[in-house]
Amino acid sequence: MKTVTRTFCGLFALCLAAPVVAETVVNIAYLRQEIDRPPVLSNLDAVPEDEGIAGAFVGLADNITTGKFLGQTFTLDIRSVPVGGDLVATANEILVSTDLILIDAPSADMTQIVDLEAAKDTLFFNVSNYDDALRDDHCRANLLHTLPSYAMRSDALMQLLQSRRWTDLVMVSGTHEPDIAFANALRRSATKFGLRIRDEKEWVFDANMRRAASAEVPLFTQDFPNHDAMLVADETGDFARYLPFNTWEPVLLAGSEGAQPVAWSPVMEQWGGVQLQNRFEEYAGRSMRSVDYAAFAAIRTIGEAVTRTASDDASVLRDYILSPEFELGAFKGRPLSFRDWNGQMRQPIPVVHAHAVIAVPPMDGFLHPVNELDTLGIDKPESRCSAFTE
Amino acid sequence: MKKILIPALLAASPALSGEIWVTNEHDDTVSVIDTETYEVKRTIEVGERPRGITFSKDYSVVYICASDSDTVQVVDPNTGEILHDLPSGEDPEQFALHPDNRHLYIANEDDAIATVVDVETRKVVAQIDVGIEPEGMAISPDGLIAITTSETTNMAHWINTETHELFANTLVDSRPRHAEFTHDGSQLWVSSEIGGTVTVFNVADQSEIAKIRFEITGVHPDNIQPVGFEFTEDGKTVFVTLGPSNHVATINAKTFEVEDYILVGRRVWHMAFNDDNTELYTTNGVSGDVTVIDVASRTPIRTIKVGRFPWGAAFRPTE
Repeated sequence: MKTVTRTFCGLFALCLAAPVVAETVVNIAYLRQEIDRPPVLSNLDAVPEDEGIAGAFVGLADNITTGKFLGQTFTLDIRSVPVGGDLVATANEILVSTDLILIDAPSADMTQIVDLEAAKDTLFFNVSNYDDALRDDHCRANLLHTLPSYAMRSDALMQLLQSRRWTDLVMVSGTHEPDIAFANALRRSATKFGLRIRDEKEWVFDANMRRAASAEVPLFTQDFPNHDAMLVADETGDFARYLPFNTWEPVLLAGSEGAQPVAWSPVMEQWGGVQLQNRFEEYAGRSMRSVDYAAFAAIRTIGEAVTRTASDDASVLRDYILSPEFELGAFKGRPLSFRDWNGQMRQPIPVVHAHAVIAVPPMDGFLHPVNELDTLGIDKPESRCSAFTE
Repeated sequence: MKKILIPALLAASPALSGEIWVTNEHDDTVSVIDTETYEVKRTIEVGERPRGITFSKDYSVVYICASDSDTVQVVDPNTGEILHDLPSGEDPEQFALHPDNRHLYIANEDDAIATVVDVETRKVVAQIDVGIEPEGMAISPDGLIAITTSETTNMAHWINTETHELFANTLVDSRPRHAEFTHDGSQLWVSSEIGGTVTVFNVADQSEIAKIRFEITGVHPDNIQPVGFEFTEDGKTVFVTLGPSNHVATINAKTFEVEDYILVGRRVWHMAFNDDNTELYTTNGVSGDVTVIDVASRTPIRTIKVGRFPWGAAFRPTE
């Protein structure tokens, strides 16, 4: 055995004695356009004010700890624009000091910001928006997505239902924009995996209902044809909570209620998930949500790319993140990577209920020539996104 | 006895007997397997979420990381009685006992810290800042270097055991889980679970010598996740558990080539050899059992049911 050499550093080793003076400072911003949320029947699960932002800070702490061994450090600038505020002006302000931005905004705002002249060489991460169009015909070369799309979530759910052979379905959907988008994704996924949506109804009740929602549901669902499961598209959390045990037939619920396909849930405890949840809860005083996970994953993606490339240049980072070399370990049991044709982060989509994980699609038997994770969401041959190949 | 019925095994194993101690992460127990009868002869209740397990050099006590109890428990292996707890720092996951038989190096998974505890005075000697989610722990045979691997930071941290300071940090692939020095102390091996690789370092200058990859027909590469590994006594072969691929690989320690894949139970974590290195016991987390591998023929020969989510394994001679 050779003696320990304390001063000599090997060619490939990153030899740094503590304390380390940081040489590289990577500035990241979190840009949020606040929105007016529609009223819901129950406010039991209000959206936390720091949704997403808390996840970003937990990721930042991980990056800083890792970076301190490499002479790298990270900062996070939070900008939340109130309803009616000037998002573009705020964006232009932060674009002066950073070219790495997590963006949390409705679709139109998001594309407006990433298309700004000053944002040409900036790398954005969508952490809040499930909109399929942002990954498809409205995709942008400088916009990556760590949050899964509606299509990825609906594909995961349909894989589970198909695996269980619950293939005869009906659907109840709300009338808000996200409800419509999720319902569209569910229809597309049912076709993709050979399930049948036999009938659909819209939940359009307003105050004229003059009865509790729970009293209305049996009648509302009485004339549905026979079905194995009832899909619910209620992304704002308005009425779905009143469906279980109130339907005319005893029925399984899936979608926005019952079996829910999500990016993250407090019930995720496998693959080191407990450690992440513990860190998050200690920081935020609440459990981690999907948007928090997406923000965490975006910050960790940046951190991983900076660590591996030893660069803070957004274009170098983008190339590396989209390359086959990139892999992120992020508590979902397999390496996460990015689709180089539309910027979407590949990831398993857990389907959960309130107390446990049901399954983590891709389900066994759903095969793909390249990567089984690409059975979830819009795949390369059907993609209408061309920004990444130009 | 069962063993007499199997002539091949009888020939392979001398009469020495011993026990394999297995921590059951979700049962808060340790299953003690008799290596002669392949039966669980004792089940010992310990603290919450037991994971890492190791015996003192003279086998007079066994140390168990009770992760959710935030302690390392010291247990009398003869009686199964918990003698006392050691101050371990929060969420101890794995540890390594220094060759001096006195200092435990503990990875505190939730705290990004490695804790050094003197098992005699029961005092914390040092706490060292390391990367996020430290897990793997190893100490060089000469006792001069301690290694901890951090799962989220993706590094092996090289600790000088005299000063308790880091002198190097080497990047490995995603989610490093386990580290071991070769018997001669010249190499350090580190497994990366999500990266799917094992990295071999030259200890003298911390440079990377080799990166070993795995491939199993019919198993998706993402599911080949190296975790625990053990060197055979002669140092020629390394057995590596590959997690949810449900296989153990054998590597030629000289050429770094993968030689065999052995089918075991589901989500295989860690391993321990029996007394004379003729058999290897693997903990299979999801299937809740232990597979016994015949080392010479590299075939699985037994499955032993233990508690829920068996995690760590350690051998204890009984004669």
